[in-house]
Amino acid sequence: MTVRVLLFASYADAVGQNELTLELDDGSVVGDVVSRVREMAGGRALPPAPLLALNAAYSTSAAVVRAGDEVAIIPPVAGG
Amino acid sequence: MSTARLTTQPIDSTSLIREVAADDRGAIVLFLGTVRNSNEGRPVNGIDYSAYDAMAVAEMQRIVSEAGSRFSGVAIALEHRVGTLSVGETSVAIACSHPHRAAALEANRYVIEELKRRVPIWKREHYLDGTSEWVDPLRRPAEAAP
Repeated sequence: MTVRVLLFASYADAVGQNELTLELDDGSVVGDVVSRVREMAGGRALPPAPLLALNAAYSTSAAVVRAGDEVAIIPPVAGG
Repeated sequence: MSTARLTTQPIDSTSLIREVAADDRGAIVLFLGTVRNSNEGRPVNGIDYSAYDAMAVAEMQRIVSEAGSRFSGVAIALEHRVGTLSVGETSVAIACSHPHRAAALEANRYVIEELKRRVPIWKREHYLDGTSEWVDPLRRPAEAAP
């Protein structure tokens, strides 16, 4: 199945992309997305357990992803 | 009764006050976050704000909704700007109204603290020396050491 992955700020700079698609096995969890991105060039700049969002709401790394889901890896936020 | 939004345009704080003003309101509290000219001793020229738009708006809406539950009767208008801002410009504005001041003040504090803690917005500071960096509030204490 295919999921959309969003990267922002320093994480997007590190990987050189702000959006990508990943092919994952059925039953994969959000944490698997992080592992895959950390294997990419520049991905080691991401911490092993970053903040995560699934379909625009905060999620744990154990949340199961489904085809078409949007997973976001969230750098430390700095609004205001 | 409450609104939360992102904008790319300069924030008009007067219009936020108008949104929450009403005859039964005895208190209106306005908070403005503005771009400071230095950070940790480094002169700052301006800041680029970026957001995960859909989630930032959803999270801001959740926060004003929570504030409405905690401080019954409060009305809130929250607006955060994204894009390139110069020193002195307003990045975030929060207007809270209530029949009485205590709830208006506390609700406003709740909204800004929660926004800073959890809304997915990032800032890249541009320094006077031509360099720029993403701001990481979690790393700040160590870096701030003299």
